[in-house]
Amino acid sequence: MGLLSKKDARLILDPLADNNPITIQVLGICSALAITAELEASIVMSISVLFVLGVGNVIISLMRNMIPSKIRIIVQLIVVATLVIIVDLVLKAYAYELSKTLSVFVGLIITNCIIMGRFEAFALANKPWQSFLDGIGNALGYGVILIIIGFFRELLGSGTLLGFKVLGDPIEKTGVYAFGYENNGFMLLSPMALIVVGIIIWIQRSRNKDLLEEELVGHCDI
Amino acid sequence: MEKTTDKNSYTLLFAIGMVLVVGSILAFAASGFKDKIDENKRIEKQLNILYAMGVNDNEGSDMSFVSKDIVESEFKKYITKQFIIQGEKVSEDNKAYLLDLKKEHALAKDANHQRRLPMLIGEKDGKTFYIAPIRGKGLWDAIWGYVALDKNMVVLGAFFDHKGETPGLGANINQRFFMDDFIGEHLFDEANNFKGINVSKSNADPKNIDKKDNEVDAIAGATITGDGVSAMIKSELRLYLPYFKNLKN
Repeated sequence: MGLLSKKDARLILDPLADNNPITIQVLGICSALAITAELEASIVMSISVLFVLGVGNVIISLMRNMIPSKIRIIVQLIVVATLVIIVDLVLKAYAYELSKTLSVFVGLIITNCIIMGRFEAFALANKPWQSFLDGIGNALGYGVILIIIGFFRELLGSGTLLGFKVLGDPIEKTGVYAFGYENNGFMLLSPMALIVVGIIIWIQRSRNKDLLEEELVGHCDI
Repeated sequence: MEKTTDKNSYTLLFAIGMVLVVGSILAFAASGFKDKIDENKRIEKQLNILYAMGVNDNEGSDMSFVSKDIVESEFKKYITKQFIIQGEKVSEDNKAYLLDLKKEHALAKDANHQRRLPMLIGEKDGKTFYIAPIRGKGLWDAIWGYVALDKNMVVLGAFFDHKGETPGLGANINQRFFMDDFIGEHLFDEANNFKGINVSKSNADPKNIDKKDNEVDAIAGATITGDGVSAMIKSELRLYLPYFKNLKN
């Protein structure tokens, strides 16, 4: 990592594993449950959050000395909302098909607590470049989990990946379906997403005991 | 000492300034892109209508609209007539496909308003397609579609789309495996009563061989969106019954 100092590199790498926004901080769970029934949707959502969090963090960081602390949450919301609306308009004008795929995510991006969380916890107190790296890192950490969940839900729930029938055709009974395998429709519903997140958290914490809390602290997710 | 940014006056000014700046940016962006976005929507409607009548670039199980470059000329070529139906009155209108169904739904709440219905006539390979644009409610937001019928109200093709149904579940109503099932389905039952087409979770006909059962197979995990499609087809196409009755006489 010649390009980044060691400290800067940690800003990107930490959220990918030991300080992951979903599995460790338990933020952004709502969207992780809502849109991961398909791998493609997970990827699109990850990219959208990557953009909004990267740019939003920089804007908040640039304004950090001007924002009155009493209304900072509202200011953060406005920044996210404005960014998302502008992106949506540009896409609708120049990449209409893509904007249709994204439309459902727009509202979800604004309410994603990872974004507000990073604005509040990092960008308000740090310089633009560090904030940018922090935003990218957290968005990647979020994206990795989303894609893992999307992968398993689509594979086990629909027997497809990115729409391709990788397990054969369930109606024609080809591929694994010929041996009596059935898709698990439950995987398509949100509770299974929560269980998949739980399994990821379990694996992660059993590999790294440092992550275990001594006592559980209540947590509130937006 | 109090920081400047903590003062009430500063907070108020900042809020006002922010609203003005953000408001103008958004207003500017929205009006700047409006023409382009409207044009995209118009092209999309033409693509969808052509798709419903079987003018598309589908290959194998892939789904593809005709190319955007030729959509305008293809639309002129295949869509021979467009009507607005209002009660008994049927008037020709070559912008009928642009009729805003959302507004029509709102206007229809007024009992004095006779709802206007768009009807597009397509000709392809010697067959006549009666294409009805329809609109209804899904789980989260609006759903809409274009249903191409023959003169006996048997479905020749259908296209559905949605504003914000759940990806992977309800959002799949715009996928071929769902839309293709409608082709050949009858809107009437054996006794000639108008039934619509039910998106059914219990039709025990996943390959959709029985075309006269007024049912297609539902999408797992998308009950409400599927019910929305059933309701939309039933309530919207019912309005066209007098028109098709006249057609036969």
